Amino acid sequence: MNKIFEVPLYAYDRSPDQDAPAPVRHKVAVIGAGPVGLAAAIDLAQQGIEVVVLDDNDKVSFGSRAICFAKRPLEILDRLGCGQPMVDKGVQWNLGKVFFDDRQVYDFNLLPEEGHARPAFINLQQYYFEEYMVNRVRELQEQGAPIEIRGRNKVEAIGTHPDHVKLEVETPEGSYTLEADWLIACDGAGSPTRRMLGKDFVGRVFEDNFLIADVIMDADFPTERWFWFDPPFNKGQSALLHKQPDGVWRIDLQLGWDIDKEREKRPENVIPRLKAMLGEDVQFELEWVSIYTFQCRRMEQFRHGRVIFAGDAAHQVSPFGARGANSGLQDTDNLIWKLRLVMEGKAPESLLDSYDMERVHGADENILNSSRSTDFITPKSEMSRILRDAVLDLSEHHEFARPLVNSGRLSVPCTYDGSPLNSADALDGPARTRPGSPCPDAPLGDEFLLPKLADKFTLLTIDADAPDLIEEDGVEVTRLALSVKDDATLALKERYLGDNESGVYLIRPDQHVAARRPSFDEPQIRAAIRRATGKE
Amino acid sequence: MDDLILTPNIDGADDFYAELLANHEGLDKADSDVLNARLVLVLANHIGNRAILTQALAAAALKKEV
Ligand SMILES: Cc1cc2nc3c(=O)[nH]c(=O)nc-3n(C[C@H](O)[C@H](O)[C@H](O)COP(=O)(O)OP(=O)(O)OC[C@H]3O[C@@H](n4cnc5c(N)ncnc54)[C@H](O)[C@@H]3O)c2cc1C
Repeated sequence: MNKIFEVPLYAYDRSPDQDAPAPVRHKVAVIGAGPVGLAAAIDLAQQGIEVVVLDDNDKVSFGSRAICFAKRPLEILDRLGCGQPMVDKGVQWNLGKVFFDDRQVYDFNLLPEEGHARPAFINLQQYYFEEYMVNRVRELQEQGAPIEIRGRNKVEAIGTHPDHVKLEVETPEGSYTLEADWLIACDGAGSPTRRMLGKDFVGRVFEDNFLIADVIMDADFPTERWFWFDPPFNKGQSALLHKQPDGVWRIDLQLGWDIDKEREKRPENVIPRLKAMLGEDVQFELEWVSIYTFQCRRMEQFRHGRVIFAGDAAHQVSPFGARGANSGLQDTDNLIWKLRLVMEGKAPESLLDSYDMERVHGADENILNSSRSTDFITPKSEMSRILRDAVLDLSEHHEFARPLVNSGRLSVPCTYDGSPLNSADALDGPARTRPGSPCPDAPLGDEFLLPKLADKFTLLTIDADAPDLIEEDGVEVTRLALSVKDDATLALKERYLGDNESGVYLIRPDQHVAARRPSFDEPQIRAAIRRATGKE
Repeated sequence: MDDLILTPNIDGADDFYAELLANHEGLDKADSDVLNARLVLVLANHIGNRAILTQALAAAALKKEV
């Protein structure tokens, strides 16, 4: 049977652009049909902006790669119309165990907060993730949305101009030229776009290798995240076991620095390692094996004129903490509404510089977290190993040491503190909903808050009056009128009001708070809208 | 009787741990050992309370009765 990642999902098909007498101009071109390029394209098309996606391949991600998807990206996918199939197929988990040497030192429960539509995490193979996004593209196409994916279209050269970009595209039938008003480069960690533009990608390489294997087995290991430090079956190194759908299990085995990658990857060398870990009697089949050296690095700037970088092309993290694809989706979530306003002439081009500022901040937070995890898993010196082992020993006996154990701080969205788009906080409310924060979900009877926020700006009023529609210099803001009574669990009150009787929130299209105050004040809200769209 | 705190008590535990490692960076093992010894004495003086220090010594030795 063919695996999903072996079947062409967007096969090459000759485009009329290839026979046009002069290069055809598109609104937006996206390079790369990975998770991030697909998210960018769906977001644009859904809002009526014409987009063409070019990918040098015609299939989803080879092997699984990403498996852990966090709540915030699932909420973004809900807005993009493809969150449900992911959650339906994905494995939900909250429990984990930590092992040190030959024993379990403790177990944990993530205890996700109640009152959110989406779980804290799901595990899902990256190929399913991409497949469901491609399905969403097909659905949009059937509805007539202006979106196209061109498989086996490899971008070979880029010309940048003040008001457009020009691309040389190689296909199985020769090359052609295409133009676009804007280019979003989502061409992965090895980004050819970055190279062609001569931009740096600096950071740290971790001197270590990890064998990543997906195995299919019929085993009764529970749906938990198990992490081993220095286990008997992989002395001096670490290991991870985590469940995916279809009886597929992710196994990470740390191998150290001085190894022969090609040799270690051969099944005759991989299988004995896995048997030592899983037990001699466990029957399994290898689905995919790869060896990685991890890096943490980013571009200095994500925007270069009409070329905007997103996802792994802009920043790369080690996978401990599942921050790669998860943060890439937050990039396009941040970018697309800004690009749309700029393209529609409703905001100055400088609004796009806030994408750079906010997402560089996000990337730095992710790089910091995943570097720390990597340093804990692979101590850099004898003393850091002694301290690390002391933390693990103590964690078995004393709860205080457990927060210091770091096998990956799982992805959470960042708050854009200090962003020029934020207005000064005028509500003495909960810290988690201060300007710059991603809106936390809250239950509303049988429904939830986040799906009620549109692709546009929203004015959320809780027990406060305000006009139903405000238009400020071309930017529309629609009101969502709620009352604390709409949520009997009082989560809405606790998350958005605290001790206040009422509150008014200006919420950006990416569901981050731009401004908040106790009641509606027209001049102040209008100023906040201008500020949030780069006009103040 | 005073009790040693053995539940999480450091705000920003990851920041603290990173700072601890950063202070050891670039030191050889012998110098790192000396730094740790000084750190123990500085922290012990800050705690001051003899009963707590005795409990802390037992906790560090992973004694069951603590
Ligand atoms: C072992 C491992 C585990 C991981 N686990 C997680 C996890 O649990 N959670 C998580 O969030 N992330 C995880 N990641 C990271 C995640 O896989 C990446 O962050 C994610 O794939 C990045 O998506 P992207 O769309 O930016 O780039 P990619 O997925 O790399 O896609 C880039 C696309 O660009 C195309 N392309 C490249 N050059 C050209 C060209 N010249 N012309 C046309 N097309 C081109 C490629 O064919 C490809 O389709 C993991 C990664 C690894 C390796």
